[in-house]
Amino acid sequence: MRVVAAMSGGVDSAVAAARMLDAGHDVVGVHLALSQSAATLRESARGCCTIEDAGDARRVADRLGIPFYVWDMAERFKQDVVEDFVAEYAAGRTPNPCLRCNERIKFAALLDKALALGFDAVATGHYAQIVDGPHGRELHRAVDAAKDQSYVLGVLDAEQLARSFFPLGDTTKPQIRQEAAERGFSVAKKPDSHDICFIADGDTAGWLAGRLGAQPGPIVDETGEVVGEHEGSFAYTVGQRRGLGLKVPRPDGAKRYVTSVDPQRNTVVVGTADLLGVDRVVGDHLRWCGPAPAGTVRLGAQLRAHGEELPATVRVDGDRVVAELDRRTRGVAAGQSIVLYDGSRVVGSATITAATRVGVTTQ
Amino acid sequence: MSTPAYLDHAATTAIRPEVIEAIAAQMGHLGNASSLHTAGRAARRVVEESRELIADRLGATPSEVVFTSGGTEADNLAVLGAWRQRHTVDPARSRLLVSTIEHHAVLDPVGRLVDAEGAKVDWLEVDRAGVVDAEAAAAAITQAADQLALVSMMWANNEVGTLQPVAQVAAAARERGVPFHTDAVQAVGHVPVAFGECGADLLSLSGHKIGGPQGVGALLVRRDVQLTPLTFGGGQERQLRSGTLDVASIRGLAVAVAAATDELDAERARLIALRDKLIQGALQLGLGIELSGAHTEGSAEDRLPGNVHLRVPGCDGDSLLYLLDAAGVQCSTGSACQAGVPQPSHVLLAMGYADEQARGALRLTLGHTSTEADVDAVIAALPGAVERARRAHQATAGRG
Repeated sequence: MRVVAAMSGGVDSAVAAARMLDAGHDVVGVHLALSQSAATLRESARGCCTIEDAGDARRVADRLGIPFYVWDMAERFKQDVVEDFVAEYAAGRTPNPCLRCNERIKFAALLDKALALGFDAVATGHYAQIVDGPHGRELHRAVDAAKDQSYVLGVLDAEQLARSFFPLGDTTKPQIRQEAAERGFSVAKKPDSHDICFIADGDTAGWLAGRLGAQPGPIVDETGEVVGEHEGSFAYTVGQRRGLGLKVPRPDGAKRYVTSVDPQRNTVVVGTADLLGVDRVVGDHLRWCGPAPAGTVRLGAQLRAHGEELPATVRVDGDRVVAELDRRTRGVAAGQSIVLYDGSRVVGSATITAATRVGVTTQ
Repeated sequence: MSTPAYLDHAATTAIRPEVIEAIAAQMGHLGNASSLHTAGRAARRVVEESRELIADRLGATPSEVVFTSGGTEADNLAVLGAWRQRHTVDPARSRLLVSTIEHHAVLDPVGRLVDAEGAKVDWLEVDRAGVVDAEAAAAAITQAADQLALVSMMWANNEVGTLQPVAQVAAAARERGVPFHTDAVQAVGHVPVAFGECGADLLSLSGHKIGGPQGVGALLVRRDVQLTPLTFGGGQERQLRSGTLDVASIRGLAVAVAAATDELDAERARLIALRDKLIQGALQLGLGIELSGAHTEGSAEDRLPGNVHLRVPGCDGDSLLYLLDAAGVQCSTGSACQAGVPQPSHVLLAMGYADEQARGALRLTLGHTSTEADVDAVIAALPGAVERARRAHQATAGRG
């Protein structure tokens, strides 16, 4: 098969490319230039898409003896991921840009370009497994539970999965690092990337403030009393406790959390932990990795990238999904993705529109 | 797949066997050309004989040949060295007159002078064919004569292969007492270049574009032209370029210049025929491919004998490169990358093409090892590559 190996410059995608080559495929390395200022140097261990990352990827490709190209998808990335991210926060939601990137860039723009150029598939260094099973080409969790990235791939449909390879899913991260060292890759000890790749310093609130401007407003408690102020409600996420700077303490001294964000009124609402409880999650923008579940089914629901899987009763209702959680969980924000699992198999995903508990709506 | 066809001779061309032999032989000899003992004298003799050979073939005097690490260093020494020298002697001279289609080896030092040292630049525009208007250049020189520290216009463009009116612009500069530099990296060895006759004060050349080694070149500097050096140290090369001379590479450069100029007439005619065959073949494919730059069939008066530059509407140059490479054809888009991402060519933009038109560019350049089979390979590979590249372009076009 003719395969594009997406090479970020990190250790995982390097080993993925090497494994595809070992498996006998005709492999071409492609680094995606996603940053608007690709010529910048890496400022820290975080972030990616710098000139050094492209250089690291090229070194690995040269060592493997495969062709290597940089594809400029900065404009698409800006439109489909970065601007979407800003718009979601501005609307009071908490998006996961990695899912968005996988859905719109890596397994869409990149895959489409590769197919048009005559390739058969795309391989990445994601930790997830593709298994031929009763539901066709199934997406499963990686064996390394700590590294499992099936959550951010929950947006891929059957057609995309049919054209994808995740060669690292059966291996643990330490083994991948060791394999990279054995293969003589210069990136064997390169630190993992974290957080959001286009916010190099990790300061999401500061980055958003730079885009959206300061918009001071009140922080109120559940009774409506003003207990603090903020520089923009977009910088707050349901469940957040740190950095609230509340001026009026609760008489009982209990810790308070963001319980809801109202961008229309530019207001952040805080309350005690018990108000964060959620046992019913509703989502739209349904993406099924195989056949859509029919009727009411018992599935596992994961609500954030490294969150625990919660048993749930799930019902698909037209273009939305409703998940009743067996036990209450905390801090679920609209905009996050709910990814549904049947055992280790990823069934699909949805974008959370509402998270509620008995008698209370947080969004 | 048979042997890949190499059509990127403007990037670098095959080193000549006699050059390899000369370099290998010289590398076996001990000696610093600046030393006074027997070994040093032997090295110096090789350097000076090389200098004389190059001067002879390029119509210069030996003392006008300053060896450098290549074309880029020669261009930097010319631009930075001439401007700084003239500006220091006469602070009123702060301007440069530079063509918009120069190589980055000229544009970037010019940009550095503007950004950091108070220089100002006037641009020599080109027409749709990629040629500077000599009369407009003369007028621009006349207008700013007392403020100009340097005029720089290349002999032949590296992307679209157009030859520039060097003699006319050099004469206009000479008349007004302004130093004139020409980047002749793509011209030397391909079209006749006579330094003394052409009227230039400074001329850059490179070894590896003519079958010499990479990493060596020269700046021809008229004896009465003063430059401020870029490197300081042992005072080699008329105090202009300190550093121990790379005797073997210099020997290789001289052998390459001699070989390229010896065979110039015959090779030029041969390459023109291949070039025209390639142009005709590409344009007749019915793919909407267009030729960039001036072209007169059977002639190298307005276009380098080995340069073909095509624009393929609806494609990205990097897709074409990949597909052609996979089909056994190695070529270039002609323009620079930034962090590996192809940028629209500043040359095509200067010629008046829109950003989108400038993206599907292909530069196919012929050289001393090119054959008819290379041309046939390109023509055979183009239809499939263009069709796929167009589909890929549509697949990745942004929303809109």
